[in-house]
Amino acid sequence: MEDSHAQAETLALREQFDTEAQQKDASTLGMWIFLITEIMFFGGMFAAYTIYRSAYPTVFGVASSSLNVTIGAINTCVLLLSSFTMVMAVRAGQLGQRNMIIFFLIITLIFGCVFLGVKAYEWTEKYEEHHMPGQIAFHLDGTPLQGPAKLFFSLYFAMTGLHALHMVVGVGILTFIILETKNGKYSADYYTPIDIAGLYWHFVDIVWIFLFPLLYLIDRHLPK
Amino acid sequence: MSQHVHEHIDSVGTYVGILVLLLIATVATTLVSFIDLGNFSVVAALAIAVCKMLLVALFFMHVRHSTKLTKLVIVGGLMWLAILLLLTLTDFATRGWTGPGR
Repeated sequence: MEDSHAQAETLALREQFDTEAQQKDASTLGMWIFLITEIMFFGGMFAAYTIYRSAYPTVFGVASSSLNVTIGAINTCVLLLSSFTMVMAVRAGQLGQRNMIIFFLIITLIFGCVFLGVKAYEWTEKYEEHHMPGQIAFHLDGTPLQGPAKLFFSLYFAMTGLHALHMVVGVGILTFIILETKNGKYSADYYTPIDIAGLYWHFVDIVWIFLFPLLYLIDRHLPK
Repeated sequence: MSQHVHEHIDSVGTYVGILVLLLIATVATTLVSFIDLGNFSVVAALAIAVCKMLLVALFFMHVRHSTKLTKLVIVGGLMWLAILLLLTLTDFATRGWTGPGR
């Protein structure tokens, strides 16, 4: 498009793109490629989890049942609610409703912080129960195999820890987007950063969707 | 502006519906884990998780409105994940098959 070069560059249409749609598609594709590297990153941990669970199924069942399933399920719902408010913020972006963007992003931020707070409470509980690998007093009742029990909790802390780290980064991104929205940077013509932040937030949600049943819900039917 | 980038704006009702489905699925996966399904417990848990993933990806992440290229890249990424998991597990599962005395 010859005439577009004559126009001044805008946030929605940088010089190197032909159309706004092309720029938006490029941003979305770029984010998805980043998310695929994240899938592989978490995938390695899921592979390790699968191998050790298949090697020590009984111990993993006992260790999993020692986690607080009610708190885990409620926290899952909190994260799903945060995904809903996030997508509502993106929708507000599409409609160019600045106040609604800020409103929904702040709610998302609050849900994210609640999730992290509950996670911190759970970890403290694990520490007090001597279920943290590396504690000299480590002991899990109900199994003679303390080594594999440590393996389960190592995977638990590594996977939930890595997930929580992503949440902390997400909270930072949301704070930045809220400030930028306040400064009037986004409109119905340009809300790509909100959309991209949404993709990140939903991805972190999907990781938890798999972590919850795999960590909390093994062999719950067995009498403990 | 001359052109609108956002051709698809989903209704609030759609998003509320997806949220309700996700919350129901969370309750379902929790309750199902307390039922003795033998080896199918993990199958049920993963099947529900995959359904939830699809709902989040297709609706919240707008994959159903994405370009064909983006969809292709996502499916390609999942194939790489499948290679990572399957080849690691085939290696692990078959280590005892060869060697002295087999």
